[in-house]
Amino acid sequence: MSVRYLSCGDTAFTVEFGNEISPGINGRVMALHAAIGLAREAGEIAGVIETVPTMRSLMVTYDPLATSRADLQPKVDALIARGLPADAVSRRVTLPCCYDDPEFAPDLAEVAERTKKSPEQVIAAHLASPFKVYVLGFMPGLAYVAGLDQSLFLPRRSQPRVRVPRSSVAIAMDMTTIYPFESPGGWHLIGRTPLWMFDKRREQPVFLSPGDSLSFERIDRRSFDRIAGEVEAGTFDWSSLVKSK
Amino acid sequence: MSAGLKVVRAGLFDTLQDLGRTGFMALGMPTAGAMDRIGLGLANALVGNPANAAGLEIGVMGPDLQVEADSVRIALVGPLSPALIEGPDAAAKPLESDRSHLLKRGQILRVGMIEGSSTAYLAVAGGFDLPVFMGSLSTYSRAGIGGFDGRKLAAGDLLPLAKAAAAAGDERRLAQPFDYGNGPLRVVWGPQEDYFSDEGRRTFIECEYRVSKEADRMGIRFEGPTIAHAKSVDQGGADIISDGIAPGAIQVPGAGLPIVLLADRQTVGGYPKIATVASVDLPRLGRLLPGQTVRFAAITVEEAEALRRDQESRLQRAIAGFVVARPPGGIDLARLYEENLIDGIVYE
Repeated sequence: MSVRYLSCGDTAFTVEFGNEISPGINGRVMALHAAIGLAREAGEIAGVIETVPTMRSLMVTYDPLATSRADLQPKVDALIARGLPADAVSRRVTLPCCYDDPEFAPDLAEVAERTKKSPEQVIAAHLASPFKVYVLGFMPGLAYVAGLDQSLFLPRRSQPRVRVPRSSVAIAMDMTTIYPFESPGGWHLIGRTPLWMFDKRREQPVFLSPGDSLSFERIDRRSFDRIAGEVEAGTFDWSSLVKSK
Repeated sequence: MSAGLKVVRAGLFDTLQDLGRTGFMALGMPTAGAMDRIGLGLANALVGNPANAAGLEIGVMGPDLQVEADSVRIALVGPLSPALIEGPDAAAKPLESDRSHLLKRGQILRVGMIEGSSTAYLAVAGGFDLPVFMGSLSTYSRAGIGGFDGRKLAAGDLLPLAKAAAAAGDERRLAQPFDYGNGPLRVVWGPQEDYFSDEGRRTFIECEYRVSKEADRMGIRFEGPTIAHAKSVDQGGADIISDGIAPGAIQVPGAGLPIVLLADRQTVGGYPKIATVASVDLPRLGRLLPGQTVRFAAITVEEAEALRRDQESRLQRAIAGFVVARPPGGIDLARLYEENLIDGIVYE
């Protein structure tokens, strides 16, 4: 499969693997993201500043005072030719989510009605979905997480909310997300995690990374409040959420 | 008492910025950073700071700052109208731009208005004593991070200085204003020029566009003739699967008016981008004011890279060519030499 190189001025170019959203294409994006990271650490690809993975492409940013497009593109080509693994090593992350409080899940009843399920069946389908973080963007730490159970696909709300509370767990189209900040939003709110997806006090302020495998674990309001207290106080053990795959 | 600059009166939009927070775009973190890296670079160089030190980016109208340190060496770069210095026992007098100045405890610097540009810079020798966040001091106010408390300056803030007093030494000034260039803004086609019809691309390159009131650190919306997409909006002609956004990317949503994305731009986006402003002209974009008009001219990636390298050597020559500024009441020997005797001498 050939790639397209798209110009983004003289400080970046985009390597496009396809024009559709698929696990195969995203796997190759993430593999090149990882391969360029390794090549940079090995000093084999000087002048690259960073790479930005999305569903189907990787943007490579560079310093035009240190390198050039003509120098970099063959090096990226060589990395692709060397062979990209179908799926890069990823973390497996489990996020606690409380679905039971109407304050946390104002759209659960409507989602159930529109998908012809009971609220419990909606929750079960969300818990069973094999999620994967495809891309972070729009705001720091906002993850577009694909893999939603097909029976829950719905378009975005026709009337977006002006204020979606931080840490709301929401679905729309074929994805789920967790709001890192209070912000406007048009997705359906079906639960809330006590965790903050962006916490500037942490050494790694953004918790999720592209490529993470993700699932949710149902918690009750009492557990929610306990964990929320630990997160607020900065004592929560985030490593307990992560297993290496 | 710790050394600082006290904000006696806030300006319109003053934030600390360095050359940007790179390395975290994959986590959705915008780079932020100086809108005009040349202005920041000159201000830092005038006070002997490294190029990536954070300076105060002044938007449209600057603050009044009182010196709460034994002394501090500052440099102001940009077309101020001019700035004033006053106190503690002296009346206000103008303070020249594009040079360094030694300020004493109790003096108040009134930065005032910028004329003919939207941004100016203030650097302090030794820099600000503030915590680095994700490798950078750049303020990204939408997420409340970096700089001073993650936000623009407000009255009452005390900006902590890394040095309690300025080192002895001459003041320096720029020998002549830096030439940012004029004429059309140079752009490289892409990444999605194929989402536009031939006519749409011609409109973009042949017409004049005006900076609208919606212009900030995130981007500039232009007004002017609409740019036709190749396919209609109903057929998805103004939607792509989101991809990365480089600085200077010009996205054209369905309404057909271009938006150029700047320092605080989001990391990825779903509108097609017809072209990207070459890095040589990003500082000019960072200085544009609402109502100003621009044209665009297409060049190749190679030409854009060469222009940027040339601009960087001009910047380094301008820095190497700083001259000693006239001490108060003294004679500016450097200027005398430079203007009357020998071209380009540097008086150390």
